[in-house]
Amino acid sequence: MSIMITSCDHASPRTRAALTGLPPRAGLGLKTGHFREVLGSLPDIGFFEVHAENYMVAGGPFHHFLGLIREAYPLSLHGVGLSIGAEGPLDVQHLKRLSTLIERYQPHTFSEHLAWSTHGPVFLNDLLPLAYDTPTLNRVCEHIDQVQNTLKRPMLLENPATYLAFERSTIDEAEFIREVIRRSGCGLLLDVNNVYVSCINHQRDPLAYLDALPLHAVGEIHLAGFAEDADSLGDRLLIDDHGAPIDQAVWSLYRQALERVGPVATLIERDNQVPAFDVLMAEAQQADELLLCAGARP
Amino acid sequence: MSTQAAFSAALLDTDLPCPDGLCSANGADPASRFAVYRNNVQGSLINALADSYPVVMQLVGDEFFRAMAGVFIQNHPPRSTLMSDYGSELADFISGFEPAASVPYLDDVARLERLRTLAYHAADALPLSQERIATVFADADGLNELRIGLHPSLYLLDSNFAVVDIWAAHQHDATLAGIDLNQAQHALILRNGLEVEVFNVDLGISQFIRQLKAGLSLTQALASADAFDLGQTLALLISRQAITHLHHKVSP
Repeated sequence: MSIMITSCDHASPRTRAALTGLPPRAGLGLKTGHFREVLGSLPDIGFFEVHAENYMVAGGPFHHFLGLIREAYPLSLHGVGLSIGAEGPLDVQHLKRLSTLIERYQPHTFSEHLAWSTHGPVFLNDLLPLAYDTPTLNRVCEHIDQVQNTLKRPMLLENPATYLAFERSTIDEAEFIREVIRRSGCGLLLDVNNVYVSCINHQRDPLAYLDALPLHAVGEIHLAGFAEDADSLGDRLLIDDHGAPIDQAVWSLYRQALERVGPVATLIERDNQVPAFDVLMAEAQQADELLLCAGARP
Repeated sequence: MSTQAAFSAALLDTDLPCPDGLCSANGADPASRFAVYRNNVQGSLINALADSYPVVMQLVGDEFFRAMAGVFIQNHPPRSTLMSDYGSELADFISGFEPAASVPYLDDVARLERLRTLAYHAADALPLSQERIATVFADADGLNELRIGLHPSLYLLDSNFAVVDIWAAHQHDATLAGIDLNQAQHALILRNGLEVEVFNVDLGISQFIRQLKAGLSLTQALASADAFDLGQTLALLISRQAITHLHHKVSP
C-alpha cells in the first residue's frame, strides 16, 4: 500500500511540507573533521545532512557529536546503501537499522537513490545504474512502498548520475522517475549536478530533462562538483565525484530549477578532497542568496 | 546470469570483459564507460581500507598497499553496507599473503588497527565513579565472588612482535629505529571518553583482563594469570574509565 500524497502540477507549500520539514535554505554535509568547528562556532546554516550508514554504529564519537549538532540544527538523513533498485529483496536488517536511526535523531527528511549497490550478500559501495523497463519500475515501486511503510514516512528519491545505458531500457529516465513518484507517493530529491552530469553523458538537453521531471514533488535539492574524463570517442564524460567546487553550469541550472520549483532546502555535497569549513560555507552562502532571490524569506 | 549479477561480477573481477547489453548515446565503446563504475568500486574500497589501516599502509608504502588491497577486494568483497565493518579479515589475509612475508609483524599491526576501529565505534557505557569502586573494594568479604564489568570498547591483542611500539612510532612520523621488533607485546585497547587509547601491558595483566572480560570472578581471573601488579592494573582501568559494573554473583 502506498502513502498517498496529492499529486499536482505546481509546487504547493502544503505538498512540500508533507515531503520535507527542512527550511528553504542552504545546508552542508556534516564531515567528521568539522564536528568540533561546527559545535564551537555554530555557523548560520539551514541544516546538516549525514549519510545514514556512517551512523549505524553502536556508540562513540559519531553519535556523541551528531546528538549535539542535532540539538542545534535541522537534519537530513541520506542513505547510500539501501539498494532500492536491486534485483533481490531489500535487506530488512538494514531497514531496521534505518528505523532505529530515524527514531533516535528524528531527521526532517530521509532520502535514497534510484540505483542499486548490493548484489546478493555483496555490497559494491557505488550507486549503480538501472535498466528502465516495466519489471524494474514495478520492483522499485514495491521497494519504495516497503521503505515508506517500514519507516512510516514518505522518502525522497534522488535522480541518478549515470555513465552508460542499457539496450533493454524502454522508458526514458525522467518518465521512469515521474511514474515512480506518481505510484509510490515519494518525493524527489532533485540533484542538479546529477541532471547536468547525466545529460552531458547521454547527450540530453538539461533544461528539457529538468522540465520532464516531476518538479512538484521536489523536497530537497543537491548541488555538487564533478570530475571530467573522456570516453572511447574522446567525448566529455562527467563523473559525479563530489570532489570539486560546484561548476558554473550547475549553478546556472540551479537558478533555472529554482525558477520552476521555488525556494527548497539545498545541500552542498562534498565527500572527496574536503576543503576547510569556510570554503563550504562560502558555497552555502551563494546558494542562500539564490534561494532569497527565488522568494525564500530571510 | 541476471543483468546485475553480470555487472557485479565484472566490477569486482577486473579480468572480466565489460558485460553485454550496455550502450552509450554517442556510440562510444560501453567498456570505456563501464570503466568509471569499476574504478569507483575498486577505488572507493581501496580508499576505505587505506582509511582504516593507515599504519599498515605506512609500513609497506602506498603502491604496495593499494596492490595488496586490490587482491584482498577480489577475495573479500564487502558483505555489509557499513564501511566501518569492511576489512575485518584483512589481518588474516595478510598472514597468508606471500609478498608481505618480509614484514612479519604486518598482520598484527592490522589486528591492532582493526581493534582501534572497533573500540572507536563500540557501544557507550557509563564508568563507575571512583567512590563507588572504593566502597565495593572496601568490603573484603565480597571480593572473592566479585565480577568486574568492563567497557564494551575494551579489547586485548597478544603479539610476538613489538606491535604497540611499532604502531606508536607511526603516530609521529617516527621510524622503527630503536625498537626491538621481536619483543612480544600485549596491547590493551579502549575508548576513554571520545579517544581510543592503546597501552602496552604485561602478559599477566593481559591474561587477567581477558578472564574478567570472559566473565570470570576477580579470584578466578587472578588464579589463571601470570604474576602481575593488581593494584597498578586496577588503577589503570579506573583512571581510563574502563570499569562499568561491579557485582557479586555466584558462579553458575
